This record gives sequence, structure tokens and C-alpha cells, in this order.
Amino acid sequence: MAKKVALLQGNEVCAHAAVYAGAQFFGGYPITPSTEVAEVLSVELPKVGGKFIQMEDEIAAMASVIGASLTGAKSITATSGPGVSLKQELIGYACIAEIPCVIVNVMRGGPSTGMPTGPGQSDVQQARWGTHGDHAAIALAPSSCQEIFSETVRAFNLAEKYRMPVQVLYDEIVGHMRERIEFPEPGELEVIDRAKPTVAPEQYKPYDTSFGDVPPLAAFGSEYRFHVTGLNKAQDGFPTTKAELVDDEQRRQIRKVENETARADIEKNEEYLTEDAEIIVFAYGSIARSARYAVNELRKEGIKAGLFRPITLWPFPEKRVAALAKQAKAIVVAEMNLGQMVHEVERVSKGACTIAGVFRVDGEPINPGQIMDKVKEVR
Amino acid sequence: MAYDYEKSIRPGKLPHIWCPGCGHGIAMKGLIRAMDTCGLDKNNTAIVSGIGCASRLPGYMDYCTLHTAHGRAAAFATGVKMAKPEMNVIVMGGDGDGTAIGGNHFIHACRRNIDMTYVIFNNFIYGMTGGQFSPCTPTGDKASTTPYGNPDPIFDISKLAIGAGATFVARTTAFHATQIDKLIAEGIKHKGMSVIEVLDDCPTTYGRRNKFRSVVDMMKRLKEIAVPVAAASKMTAEQLEGKVLTGVLYKEDKPEYCEQYAKVIAKAQGRAV
Repeated sequence: MAKKVALLQGNEVCAHAAVYAGAQFFGGYPITPSTEVAEVLSVELPKVGGKFIQMEDEIAAMASVIGASLTGAKSITATSGPGVSLKQELIGYACIAEIPCVIVNVMRGGPSTGMPTGPGQSDVQQARWGTHGDHAAIALAPSSCQEIFSETVRAFNLAEKYRMPVQVLYDEIVGHMRERIEFPEPGELEVIDRAKPTVAPEQYKPYDTSFGDVPPLAAFGSEYRFHVTGLNKAQDGFPTTKAELVDDEQRRQIRKVENETARADIEKNEEYLTEDAEIIVFAYGSIARSARYAVNELRKEGIKAGLFRPITLWPFPEKRVAALAKQAKAIVVAEMNLGQMVHEVERVSKGACTIAGVFRVDGEPINPGQIMDKVKEVR
Repeated sequence: MAYDYEKSIRPGKLPHIWCPGCGHGIAMKGLIRAMDTCGLDKNNTAIVSGIGCASRLPGYMDYCTLHTAHGRAAAFATGVKMAKPEMNVIVMGGDGDGTAIGGNHFIHACRRNIDMTYVIFNNFIYGMTGGQFSPCTPTGDKASTTPYGNPDPIFDISKLAIGAGATFVARTTAFHATQIDKLIAEGIKHKGMSVIEVLDDCPTTYGRRNKFRSVVDMMKRLKEIAVPVAAASKMTAEQLEGKVLTGVLYKEDKPEYCEQYAKVIAKAQGRAV
């Protein structure tokens, strides 16, 4: 049987992917350019018995998502940069309390209200660091409508598997672009559910590291009763200020994402013509499409260019970028901000090659010609 | 036989953090009796709080407990209740938590008439941070940030709840200890958003600054200002000056939010509503 296909906008695809991944709850607040995610989920979620609620503000939306997830429901919210700024408080809560959830950020310009209808990629560092305190971060950056489907499903999987908030970051161009999309059949994409406790209720501890760095999470309303807090806590979930317990928990919550096995599981990149490339173009989201075009044109001119496209932005693909920096003469980072991921590229390259940037914040996409010019300049 | 509170309390979690003379313990005992009276299943009941002295209560209680961020309890609780409407949801916290930083969440939870019971321990002050004025600190009173007397007018929490759409609103005080559980129990049984305001005392950060010589004086004050609604109807405006009404202040049957959403699901699935 032929697969179901449709011509859909990125934001619409995201909503359908959430349902595919098993989402049962959406809590949101209207904000351009992400609103279609909410609109489609208000139609689709009740069809599958799920719940949609429009909350009174962005913070409340994030709170409702965490509360719903605690009952065992896969939960999602969608917003844009200003909304994430407000949600930062409770993104930190989801980090420390280790509650799985998905946050979609359809990026526009900024800071503040910025350019609500224009595209931007200036939230990529916000996705990494946006909340106070030390914490791990997972952020995925699809660059096509089909990829929004697969990466939204993967975001739910990673949230459930690593018990934490996961951000899906795409710019307004990808969010509002319409492309042909093939709906995966049920079972075609892997769908992961959080690990449930196997111990007797009286033995359950919500942060029990004898089950590894990602302890199983019970649901409210099941036979397990437990306490959840945003305070530093011991493995039993109750607050503590004991130095060694606080230190253990904080380090574990970062280690669970940044250990080598987890990184290999979470990191995902696309490489195009990088094997023999002398110049690497580093680009993500919609700009990776311009970059790919630029690489093809440069190759026609005999310039050995290649594209490195991180699909997982966080954790940053440190090893691979370091290796490419040793192989290449230069890495050209193209992003719709004034230089954010370029700092990571510089950090991991350790001076092994020239790093240059093509930056744009005027609400227009970076076009292939701009990237080609920069490549020729640093060649 | 003495009432057994321990069956509701997590083993090993007491003593609590509250100061000697704090009214929160009295309010907590009222909450325990109410939840017990209503026969709430511990596994199927969530207690959700924000941040502050009062908000430490869930940690002591042997239920599904969620100590959230400052002011956000009602919003977290809305997510819990929407996702699992069969759960009983108790929200609780202090006056600053619920009506200042959490004011928006509070009024919108009332507006939705979602089936939760919100118990506010109103001690007129931010106690945990050392006694700054809250939206409920009486005008003219001293707090650590109103050294010349509080210039702010106050929120009347119960009126706020009624105005915002809560369908059961009641008020009592820590002095009227035996009324606390009765009102909370009535709120739990009520289908929809119920708000129970319990006026209590903070001797450490409010009483000392406002010429209360002892906790007993603070309790006497709560006794003096409280007027049952029935008695108030026979009193003049002058007699009611400086008093607060206690008892069930408002009760109404209105469609409950999760039930309304169940109809949305039925419509989306093409079933008869």
C-alpha cells in the first residue's frame, strides 16, 4: 500500500509527528511563528484521547506540561524565543526533577519581541544554557519538513529515554515552509517510552542510581507514591543540602547526557562531500539548504568544499568537528545570528584551522552566494 | 481516642521546618483531617505546592506530592488534573506564592473551574525570605521592606477567587481550628475549583514587627476579626469595619473543566456529546 503523503507546513508536520510519537498532552500559549503546532494539536490530540490546553501564559504552559508528564503522559509545548525566555525557569525544573517533555522552539529574531514573523537562529545558545544553574541539554535542529517529523519523534524518544526536557529548534523558514511529506507507518519509526520502576512501591526511589544514570520514573496516580521538588535532593527525592549528595546528583544529571555512550546515541550529523573537503561549511536548519547548494556550486568551480550539518545541536558534536578541523584548511560557519555555534566550533577546533563566519540577522536567509564568497575568501 | 495524624504523614519526615507558634501546623492538621474524612486514596491524590514556608507541607504528607517553583503550583496542578482527571488534586501554598507571583495562575485556575481544591495559608507576609510584605499584608503594617508602614492596598483572596470564577470559596482562621477541616472537606467534595483561605499567623517575621506580644495575642486577633457570614448579615457596615467574613462565602454549580474537555474529546471522535 502506498504511503500517505501530504503537502504540509513544517509546524503542521511537527504536530502530526507528536501524535505519532504518542503525545497525550499539549500545554501552550499563542506565539508567532509557532502557533500552527498548537492549532493542529488542538484538532488532533482529542481525536486520540489526548488533552490540549491553552494556558494563561508561557510559564504556565511549561508548568502544565511537567505536571502532565508526571502522570505518565508524553507531553509537549511549542513556542518561540520570547516564550522560551519565560519557560527557562521551569525548563530548569524539568532538568533537576528529571521530567521528560518536549519543547518546540520555532526561532525568530530577537532579543525581545524582535521580528516575530522573520526567521532567526539566535536561540541556539539559549537552548544550551537557558535556565540558571548547571544542566545538560539536548536540542535537535531539523532542516526540512520530513526531518521535522523524524526529529520530533526522536525528541520524544530522547526525552523519555534520558528523562529530561528536549528542545526541537527550527527557524521560521522551516516552520512555515511547505513540502511533500511521507507519513511513516506505525512502527516504522522507533517510539520509546520511559522506563517504569520494577521495584516494590515501598522500595521505590525516584532518583535511584542503582538503576544507572537514568533512574526509572513512576507515574502519579499509579501504585507508586513519591515526592518531587525543584530543590537539590537525595536519591529518595527529598531535599538535601548534604554536600556529597548534591554534588553526586548534579554531576549525574550532566553525565547521563554527556558520557560517550549517550553522546553516540544522541548525536546525529549529516555530512556531504566532506571526505576530501578542504573547506567545511558548518550550517544547520534552513541555512544548511543554502550551504548544500553553495557546496555543489563550489565543487563545479573545482573548490573542494563539503557540508557538515549537525542535526543534534546539543550535545555538540565535539569529536567529529575536531577531526574535521584537523582535516580542513578552514571551517565556514553560516548561521542566522551574529555568531553563536561558531564559538563551539572554535572551542573544539583548538586553532587547528581557520574559522570564519557568515552571519545574518536582518530577517532574510543567508543565500548560497554569501557562503560561496566567504569560502573563496578563506581558501 | 486521639486522632491519628501519623497515618497521613511520611515516616521520618517530621519535625517540620515551621517556627514555634506558626499557624501552618494547625492548618496542616485541618488539611489532614479533611483529606481523611473524604477518604482520598493516597495513591490517587496529588498535593501540589509552590515555594515558601507553607509550600513545604507536601514533603511531609504521604501522598503523590509535587513541590514546584514559586507561584506555579496551580499551573502544574492543572497539567496533572487535565492529564489524569480521575486523580484528586489538592493545591496549597501561601499568600505571596498564590496571589503575587502566582496570581495569574490562580485566577485562571478559578476561571476554568477545574476540579481542584486550593488551600491558601494566608499569614500576611513572606515568611521564608524573612518578612517582606505580601499582597495580603495590611496597609500600614510593618514588614522588612515596609519600614515606614505598608503603603499598598491588599488583595482579599476570597473575593479575588469569587471574582475570578471559583465555584466554592470559604474562609476560616487558625484560631477556628475545628472549622478548617470541615471547610476543606466541603471544598474537596465540591465539583469544580474550590478555594479555602485559612488566615494564620507568622509570629517570627510579622508578629514581632507589628506589636504582637505573643502568639496568643496573634490568635486572639484572628478570633476578633473573624465574623461568620450568618452573623455578618445582621451587622452594620460600621460594625463590620476591619472584620473578615468566615465560613462558606460562595458556592455555585457550574460546568467543570475536565468534564467540558471530555465533551471536546467526544466531539473530536465523532461521538455523541
